[in-house]
Amino acid sequence: MVAERLTAAGADVVRTGSRGMLWLEPLVEVETPAGRVGYGPVAPEDVDGLVAAGMLAAPERPTRRAETSDSPEGGRVVHPGPASPAIRHGESGVYLGLVEDLPWMRRQQRVTFARVGVVDPLSADDYVTHGGLTGLRAALRTSPTAVVEAVVESGLRGRGGAGFPTGIKWRTVLGAEADVKFVCCNADEGDSGTFADRMLIEGDPFTLIEGMTIAAHAVGATEGYVYLRSEYPDAVETLTAAIGVARERGWLGERILDSDLTFDLHVRVGAGAYICGEETSMLESLEGKRGQVRAKPPIPALEGLFGRPTVVNNVLSLASVPAILADGAASYAALGVGRSRGTSVFQLGGNVARGGIVETAFGITLGELVEDLGGGTASGRPARAVQVGGPLGAYLPVEKFDLSMDYEAFTEAGAMLGHGGIVVFDDTVDMAAMARFAFSFCAEESCGKCTPCRVGAVRGVETIDRIRTGQDREKNLVLLEDLCELMTDGSLCAMGGLTPMPVRSAVQHFGEDFTR
Amino acid sequence: MSLLKEPDYGTPAREGEATVEVTIDGVAVTVPPGTSVMRAAKQAGLDIPKLCATDSLEAFGSCRLCVVEIDGARGTPASCTTPVAPGMVVRTQTEKLGKLRRGVMELYISDHPLDCLTCSANGDCELQDMAGVTGLREVRYGSGVDAGANHMDLLKDTSNPYFDFDASKCIACSRCVRACDEVQGTIALTISGRGFDSKVAAGAGVPFMESDCVSCGACVQACPTATLQEKSVVELGMPTRSVITTCAYCGVGCSFKAELRGDELVRMVPYKDGGANEGHSCVKGRFAFGYASHPDRVMKPMLRESIADEWREVSWEEAIGFTARRLREIQAEHGAGSIGAITSSRTTNEEVYAVQKLVRAVFGNNNVDTCARVCHSPTGYGLKQTFGTSAGTQDFKSVEKADVILLIGANPTDAHPVFASRMKRRLRQGAKLVVIDPRRIDLVRTPHIEAAHHLALQPGTNVAVLNALAHVIVTEGLVDRAFTEERCEEVAGWETFIARPEHSPEAVAEITGVAAEDMRAAARLYAGAGNGAIYYGLGVTEHSQGSTTVMAMANLAMATGNIGRDGVGVNPLRGQNNVQGSCDMGSFPHELPGYRHVGDDDVRDIYEQLWGTPILSEPGLRIPNMFDSAIDGSFRALFVQGEDIAQSDPNTQHVHAALAALDLVVVQDLFVNETAKSRTSCCRARRSWRRTARSPTPSAGSTGSAR
Ligand SMILES: Cc1cc2nc3c(=O)[nH]c(=O)nc-3n(C[C@H](O)[C@H](O)[C@H](O)COP(=O)(O)O)c2cc1C
Ligand code: SF4
Ligand code: SF4
Ligand code: SF4
Ligand code: SF4
Ligand code: FES
Repeated sequence: MVAERLTAAGADVVRTGSRGMLWLEPLVEVETPAGRVGYGPVAPEDVDGLVAAGMLAAPERPTRRAETSDSPEGGRVVHPGPASPAIRHGESGVYLGLVEDLPWMRRQQRVTFARVGVVDPLSADDYVTHGGLTGLRAALRTSPTAVVEAVVESGLRGRGGAGFPTGIKWRTVLGAEADVKFVCCNADEGDSGTFADRMLIEGDPFTLIEGMTIAAHAVGATEGYVYLRSEYPDAVETLTAAIGVARERGWLGERILDSDLTFDLHVRVGAGAYICGEETSMLESLEGKRGQVRAKPPIPALEGLFGRPTVVNNVLSLASVPAILADGAASYAALGVGRSRGTSVFQLGGNVARGGIVETAFGITLGELVEDLGGGTASGRPARAVQVGGPLGAYLPVEKFDLSMDYEAFTEAGAMLGHGGIVVFDDTVDMAAMARFAFSFCAEESCGKCTPCRVGAVRGVETIDRIRTGQDREKNLVLLEDLCELMTDGSLCAMGGLTPMPVRSAVQHFGEDFTR
Repeated sequence: MSLLKEPDYGTPAREGEATVEVTIDGVAVTVPPGTSVMRAAKQAGLDIPKLCATDSLEAFGSCRLCVVEIDGARGTPASCTTPVAPGMVVRTQTEKLGKLRRGVMELYISDHPLDCLTCSANGDCELQDMAGVTGLREVRYGSGVDAGANHMDLLKDTSNPYFDFDASKCIACSRCVRACDEVQGTIALTISGRGFDSKVAAGAGVPFMESDCVSCGACVQACPTATLQEKSVVELGMPTRSVITTCAYCGVGCSFKAELRGDELVRMVPYKDGGANEGHSCVKGRFAFGYASHPDRVMKPMLRESIADEWREVSWEEAIGFTARRLREIQAEHGAGSIGAITSSRTTNEEVYAVQKLVRAVFGNNNVDTCARVCHSPTGYGLKQTFGTSAGTQDFKSVEKADVILLIGANPTDAHPVFASRMKRRLRQGAKLVVIDPRRIDLVRTPHIEAAHHLALQPGTNVAVLNALAHVIVTEGLVDRAFTEERCEEVAGWETFIARPEHSPEAVAEITGVAAEDMRAAARLYAGAGNGAIYYGLGVTEHSQGSTTVMAMANLAMATGNIGRDGVGVNPLRGQNNVQGSCDMGSFPHELPGYRHVGDDDVRDIYEQLWGTPILSEPGLRIPNMFDSAIDGSFRALFVQGEDIAQSDPNTQHVHAALAALDLVVVQDLFVNETAKSRTSCCRARRSWRRTARSPTPSAGSTGSAR
């Protein structure tokens, strides 16, 4: 609607991906010589007033190229001139000034998301204009081993949850002998409160394609799959279209960019189960089987899809690779702290005033993210707990707001970064109910293969119910802890293995909620 | 005498040299690479608790009872899914592990009926055993009537005639599902639902009888609990002793443990140490044992003077005395060569040996032949001509190494089910299959298996098709020269012959009804295989050109070097379980034990010394000669061991006429079979569950009658 009205007003409207400032969407950015000027959130009925006030007035250059995406992600009206004074003075209340200068954006270091919200997602030219393919070209100039070593040096670790060093994984696949190898992208993005994979795919799909192609070159793979969750029909459509464009351009297929590399990519839509995001379960699902977890070893890097060596990486891990190859491992490794190098894409959600994507180097604190960037709770009540890392992540109290956002600090705090989801709760939250939810989520989503998780999750719900209703509370708290220990140490995969994390953190930090 | 339980190593053995040394609970043990920690521990004499693992199935890692601690490894990995690594130091019993294992058992039992004492698996239940070894003493989540969410009210599926499925006792270990997939290859079972709702389902959740289940029993065998249980055990209770025996139904010859209580047969359990079946079975051997206690079983010797008389139960003395007297009388009247015997390939080597010795040493002639005359004598002849020994070249296990399988005139899924399962397993692993058979047998296309080529030839054109394959191999330069030069004779002559244009696929396409291109492709596939194996059945041998076809197959194998190692060879799928043995034992009229000709003085000398009596140097009558001679009056008495010639030999009218012409027929069998009915005399055999021998069936018998 916003786009239509702008077009009617004579603007050249391009739909982009989201900038990740969810509270400002629909966001219209007008391209000017000084940079992109933002308006948001823009309602359709605002458009005429904004235009009348000179939104599209471009004294220096008459052409108007406006880029936008209306809701829910926003987009950009790209516009050639500075905004008119009328709007600048906020008559409409939606004038934002230069998008780059917004405090939200200034606090970020966008590497993986550099093009998201900026480019036309399906424009190959736009992609190249904004630095696309530089990484792939650089990779193709060097040997697979050199690419692998660059990724190792960059310090990139898996952004899907486990944080395993990506380069080391690739090295294993490169070293494996096989007739075929695969690169599989895990885009199942099942964690509640996460949406970065989707935003990247919808906003800059060529980056993922480029990342996977670099991976293929690095490990000697000829075929790739993107396992996309069925709840993301738009992402499926965008990525499928982008793959088509890439094939046309010779970025996929035989002799990619006139090199010897042959690699093709396919989209597979997931089965709609959380457990299908676990890598071995995803591989089973890709093989057309029931999404059930495989025991490891063998690891997928050696025996993955159809028993062949397979790279399995998250969308964000793969999408970070082009920048590493383009700008050098050292520049990526220069960001971050300790063994957490580069940037991480955090996703602020839940009861938060300003939700969205924050890509920043590791080392920012939890408090900075929630308070400074997120602006505290949406309800205006005091924040009480923050769950980081999806439904299997720990609940952290405000006392932990000085925690540095990096893998090691979180592990030490009995928590995890996971896929970077941050969900905020205010002081009305009942943490015993949240602990119960962790078990019931596990019971709902368990693949059912291993006993600790299959039976344990159900018993966990029952045990918390007994605690909450005061039946043998002391004994049942002991039983709860024994169950958590059993699930943590005994489960076959991290589904059952991490379910105790939210439970134990709730008991540890919010014990009073269990004795009420 | 007690119930025999084979040790369970938890995971299958890995091939190769034992080169990896590990230390488990302080015990050093060396095993082949790829061996699981669990199996290595068992080899070191250490039992690690387990429920989802059993050594007939690949490790699955679901129960989590088998957790161990490994120096330098994170957490508590499952020992069934963790392969050994050099120098690994493992602990299987620590306080921490004990607690984890008890915790797992506590979860299991929180969803399990507490009726062990009245359960059909009482005393034979791994869940019970594990509750014991882990020291489970309480179930804090509640159990039995106090249980939380549970599956205890699930209904029992009693649709299968041989076993029950009591879902309320299922621990969702998937052993049954995996057994049906990995061992049997029918893929009738799945786990439906997810999480706590995971349930074993036959087909798409139908009763077992309506699913693809073929009642092989592999799932029952694999089930650690009472969930899948033989109906006979439910009805009779646990057996108390085992006798190792061999299934007498088909040519596979599976080993079984006959499990009895007293003298009552409770169940037949496939024996893991049996080379033919390695713990697997088919419905026949596993469940069709009703004959053992069937009311029609002949339990005492019986005799009738003429076909018009009623059978009379007699004592052994009378039966044997009568038979011996009549045989001697007939010989006195009609000559020493007027009597003879037929041995059975369903009996043990010892039993066959005894019969041929009776004929040669007591009857004083060589009138002994075997039922293999009708099924696999072309195999004997053809392989002896080509390889020098009339024996199949491989054991059944060999198929696990085959890369291309040529299956000719056989339908193993029906006729040799357990071997078919072993072959299917290999095919699912990627081996290629060429079916040469007029019929579209199941293996041409069945779940997860599809033949690369099906040469649906016209009946009677076996030789033409095989020669066409050989033609392709010779003319396209696919002969394994190194092999033929080193090991074969008369190669050049054969090659010249086979290269003649009349043997080309194009030339024989019309008479065989097989497209030339298919024959060419099949020949290339077989010749190009790392290991090419030929398996054939009665579709080859029960034919006028049976011997020639066998020789054609042997030529194919030699030309391509597919002989002399695992995974290759020329393999007859026999009609009965002891065809090889009965032939080895001297069942043929011209051969003493070991295929040694009766005309050979040196050979006869050995047996004359041994038996203390002269042996005739003239070969005796073959089965068809016996029938002909009976009709012309020169052959007057026949002893038939465990074969029903009136039913199974060709040209039934002729056979019946021959039987009718005889003065005396002695039948040794479990039942009054058609042969006995049509004419006879006598009979009785006992299936003894006390005997442990090569092969089971009749152990004693006989007596006869006059017309
Ligand atoms: C229950 C469960 C769900 C998971 N879901 C996802 C997911 O949705 N996306 C993802 O990338 N990784 C997910 N993972 C992690 C994957 O197993 C795997 O570690 C990851 O895809 C590897 O890629 P990375 O190294 O790039 O992170 C999940 C893990 C578990 C245990
Ligand atoms: S932990 Fe849960 S999800 Fe993972 S394998 Fe076990 S049952 Fe399946
Ligand atoms: S009896 Fe055999 S075929 Fe039937 S379900 Fe069990 S394993 Fe499968
Ligand atoms: S039926 Fe038996 S083997 Fe199958 S899952 Fe249940 S307990 Fe395991
Ligand atoms: S395959 Fe043959 S020998 Fe084995 S159990 Fe079945 S009938 Fe008996
Ligand atoms: S026996 Fe190893 S997990 Fe069940």
